[in-house]
Formats: sequence, structure tokens, C-alpha cells
Amino acid sequence: MAAGSSSNWVMESAHDVPHVLAVDDNLIDRKLVEKLLRNSSCKVTTAENGPRALELLGLTSGGQNTMNDRSKVNLVITDYCMPGMTGYELLKKIKESSVMKEVPVVIMSSENIPTRINKCMEEGAQMFILKPLKQSDVKKLTCQLMN
Amino acid sequence: MDVGQMQRQWIDYTKSLFLEGFLDGQFLQLQQLQDENNPDFVVEVVSLFFEDSERLLKDLTFALNQNGVDFKKVDAHVHQLKGSSSSIGAQRVKNACIAFRNFCEEQNTDACLRCLQQVKQEYCLVKNKLETLFGLEQQIVAAGGSIPTELSFSG
Repeated sequence: MAAGSSSNWVMESAHDVPHVLAVDDNLIDRKLVEKLLRNSSCKVTTAENGPRALELLGLTSGGQNTMNDRSKVNLVITDYCMPGMTGYELLKKIKESSVMKEVPVVIMSSENIPTRINKCMEEGAQMFILKPLKQSDVKKLTCQLMN
Repeated sequence: MDVGQMQRQWIDYTKSLFLEGFLDGQFLQLQQLQDENNPDFVVEVVSLFFEDSERLLKDLTFALNQNGVDFKKVDAHVHQLKGSSSSIGAQRVKNACIAFRNFCEEQNTDACLRCLQQVKQEYCLVKNKLETLFGLEQQIVAAGGSIPTELSFSG
């Protein structure tokens, strides 16, 4: 099962559909979050790790964007525990960038650790959601996004 | 057996899986995501879970049988398995993984091997149960019926 393919990344003419980038190293979780988001009328691109996510956001060093027009991502939802770059580190990189820092970033985790949650919120995370993800979590999120 | 009987059988079987703790509420979330646009969603996700789990169990067996066990690696595998089992509602597998992680932390090889056996057992059980459930679904659909969308837990 491929991670977000570039065919998902084509700029859409209709801008009212939120475009969400979902990042998770777990295949089952990726499939689940993708379906939950699609059910909430979002366009979804998935990535299996932080570096791939940064690449898709056009934030890799060298600033190379393979697309002609950067498809606007309205929300990033990322798992916290990922090998290599954690969700927290990804959050930091997004918030440090001049282009993407306004994009809301949601962190997901299976572990309810207050220090972890605080750390993410302090770094500018929009929300922290406990896994496993439910439809109600995603609805709450997309409602916030639309306002 | 007519479609109505098959549907009742499906309902009873599904309920038993919840009552016996094989599945939890998260499985209901998956079922609710299935619709006319994605009529095979549950089977697809669960099949991914089976493939992924079998790979992880193989990797775990390998890792725990090394001379110098890399507990970080073992824990990473168990974390993955715990995550996916939790996401599909395979409660007993998830719980077995939680216990497993505690022993990884203690770096106790023997206890970890016992946990691995436990996880394998729970995985086999839930796999059989789910395959049986999917078999019942296929029978219903083949007979021209539809899979019930409501499971009332009263009574």
C-alpha cells in the first residue's frame, strides 16, 4: 500500500473541500484516518513518515517543490510516535517554516501522557487526539477547521 | 436457512465476540464506516491487519530468539501491533501487547517469550473469529440479503 502518491496532490479548482495531510507510520491507522477524513468530506493525502510529509508540504531543504502549484494543505494530522522524525519534531518544523506555520497541526497518540500533550500544545498544536480515532473526533476537528 | 435466520446468526455471533472480549467498541467504528461506497471496508482493513500482524509476529519471534535481544526493537514491534489491534478493536490482542511491553521494559527475555505466545494465541483466536464472521456475511450477501447495520445490545 503506497504512501500518498503525487496523483493525489493535484491542485483542485474547488477550494472549499479541506485538504488534509495525514501522517502515520502504521498502515492500518493510515487507512482508518483516511476513511474517517473522507467521510467528513475532506480530500486526503497520506504520508508514512515526517520527512515524506515535509517533502509533500514543500518544506524539504533546498525548498524544492515538485508541483507547479503547491496544493494548499488546510490541516496536518500526525501520529506522535514515529521512528526517525516524531510527530512533535514534524510539528516544530512546520511551525518554524514561514510558509506553513499557519497550518493547523493535530497530534494523535495512543498514550495519554500530560507532559507530552503540554509539550505539543506549547509548540502550537491545534489539538491532541487519543487513538484509536473515532468518527466523532474527526467531526469535531473538521468543524473547527471550517470555522 | 433463510436470509432472516442467517442475519440473526450474524447478529448473535457478533454479539458473542463483544461479550467474550474479542472485540471492543472500536470494531463498531469500523462497521459504521462501511457503506455503499465502501462495501468491503471492514474486510479490507482487517485483511491489512492480518498481513501486518503476521509480519510483526514473525519479526518478534526472530528478534526474541537472538543471542543479544534488542529490546528496543522488540518494543517497537509490539507498539505497532498494539496500535493496529487497538485501531480495529481487537481488544484481547491489544491487552496482550500491553502486558508484553511491560516485560520489554524490564528486559526479561523469558517473560517476553511467554507474552509472545500469548499474543500469538490471541491473534489466532480473533483471526478465526473474524474469518467466521466474514464467512457468515458472504453467505448473507450470496443469498441476496444485507448485513445488519444495527446491533442492539438490549436483553
